[in-house]
Amino acid sequence: MSLRPPRGLKGAAILATALLAAQPALAGTPTPNPGDTAWMLTSSALVLMMSIPGLALFYGGLVRSKNMASILTQTFTIVALVGVLWTLYGYSLAFGDGGSLNAVIGGLGKAFLKGVGADAVAPTFTPGHVIPELAYFVFQMTFAMITPALIIGAFAERMKFSAVFLFILLWVTVVYFPIAHWVWAVADPNAIVDAATELAAATTDAAKQAAQAKIDAATASVGWLAGGLAPWMKGVGALDFAGGTVVHINAGIAGLVGALIVGKRIGYGKEALPPHSLTMSMIGASLLWVGWFGFNAGSNLEANGTTALAFVNTMVATAAASLSWLLTEWATKGKPSLLGLISGAVAGLVAVTPASGFAGPIGSLALGFIVSPICLFFVSKVKNAFGYDDALDVFGVHCIGGITGALATGLLVNPALGGVGITDYTAIDKSYAGAYDLVAQMTAQGTAVLATLLWSGIGSAILYKIVDLVVGLRAAPDQEREGLDIADHGERAYNY
Amino acid sequence: MKLVIAIIKPFKLDEVRDALTAIGISGLTVTEVKGYGRQKGHTEIYRGAEYNVNFLPKIKVEVAVPADQVDSVVRTIQSTTRTGQIGDGKIFVLPVDQALRIRTGETDAAAL
Repeated sequence: MSLRPPRGLKGAAILATALLAAQPALAGTPTPNPGDTAWMLTSSALVLMMSIPGLALFYGGLVRSKNMASILTQTFTIVALVGVLWTLYGYSLAFGDGGSLNAVIGGLGKAFLKGVGADAVAPTFTPGHVIPELAYFVFQMTFAMITPALIIGAFAERMKFSAVFLFILLWVTVVYFPIAHWVWAVADPNAIVDAATELAAATTDAAKQAAQAKIDAATASVGWLAGGLAPWMKGVGALDFAGGTVVHINAGIAGLVGALIVGKRIGYGKEALPPHSLTMSMIGASLLWVGWFGFNAGSNLEANGTTALAFVNTMVATAAASLSWLLTEWATKGKPSLLGLISGAVAGLVAVTPASGFAGPIGSLALGFIVSPICLFFVSKVKNAFGYDDALDVFGVHCIGGITGALATGLLVNPALGGVGITDYTAIDKSYAGAYDLVAQMTAQGTAVLATLLWSGIGSAILYKIVDLVVGLRAAPDQEREGLDIADHGERAYNY
Repeated sequence: MKLVIAIIKPFKLDEVRDALTAIGISGLTVTEVKGYGRQKGHTEIYRGAEYNVNFLPKIKVEVAVPADQVDSVVRTIQSTTRTGQIGDGKIFVLPVDQALRIRTGETDAAAL
């Protein structure tokens, strides 16, 4: 989020007053407090750890040893590549002001971090509170890094490094930055609160209209999913606290499409392709869990009770999901496996991601229990029935888990189910408590899920085809047999 | 001279070594191998993927013995490694043309 003047409206007068309203009308300009800032920077470090080494080891342990260095290199490279792209133009496209296009994409006003200095601030979800914009920038950067890194699990062990590099570069630009903008380019709460205060104090019709116009301007100058700007959403925005849609459904469908286009690994279905190190995978999954507290609780943008709620939800949903996968596998396959246990943990983390700041702990617990059998069904029955080689189950865990969580969020936010309820910044006399409408909210959630599936699914397909034409997607059969470590990187992960 | 090659279950190795030492055999070579005979593999399941693992880990023991000790060595190995379950392994006896102790240059029986 950033302080943006609304554009494209009738009259410079509105523009001028809106500009004034863009500054919080509290005594003095608020400055970031040390606690919030420290937490946000800590969260950013935690989320980076989720990528390296968390995801790198989780994925790496699941492939054969001849492809370990390939996974590690791809993950680390993606982190580095996206770090640069985010700084140059990604942050601006995702969170900058897109002017008349702001419903679908930001602009380039903050490219090269123009205007984002050490004193720049970004609003949080509490009116009057701010964090350094640089903290917000780097926090969001770590999300932009891990999302594309998730995709590689689907086409692992057969897609060339050059293809992965080029694809990811194009994908973050064309798929991730827009979707992040749609869901997370939200209104500045201060602008709304100030305008609502003005409205309440207004005595003349003209003053009331002017104040209302400011409210409308602030609530409309957002990403279309965040603001519910599509006609059928009627202003009810989709809720996605930490990225069920932006990160998991997004990466999940891009992975599935990639797995389908690049084709199955040689020997899939005939040879044994077991994980070479469940030890590494368990280490990776554990680091993911610890880091995910930064991912979810950090998405509150400050350190308060809601942050603690998101933290707790991340803990209990994951515990429940781990247990659920373990028990389900024990009952249905006879033996509970380590791989199942850690897969359950990841599925729980994925599902609670969109709900983490909205659901109550018991709701999150229930979500954890429910998501594991669903994901287990998709990674075993559905995958085997259709025969696609989603090598590391990116679709079965991240896409399906993300869809489950995104839809559940629409239900679990309901105060009747222990949720925090809807926030309405115009309700200044009701502590911003908004009205919950089941049908409208589920419509919004469903819209976000579908929009992500379509934009990412179709967009990724086009990008894979382009990359195939430019550098070719798949390694040669001999190279695939020898292992991508040697073929792509001229080194082995292990020398003994 | 003969070379006795025994494919045995891995956990039997220490027993075999002790038993052969007891009958005067002073050296042997051990390799980790994989193989199958009539023992079927086991099934491993990773998420939804089921694998039939046909190659089971075994130990190959090679010991060169003078011809007059072959029977005693073969019987010793068989009795210590036999469990009665399928997969106990096999023993092969091959002729040896020459043997030489590298350090001293001793040949044939003196080299064993």
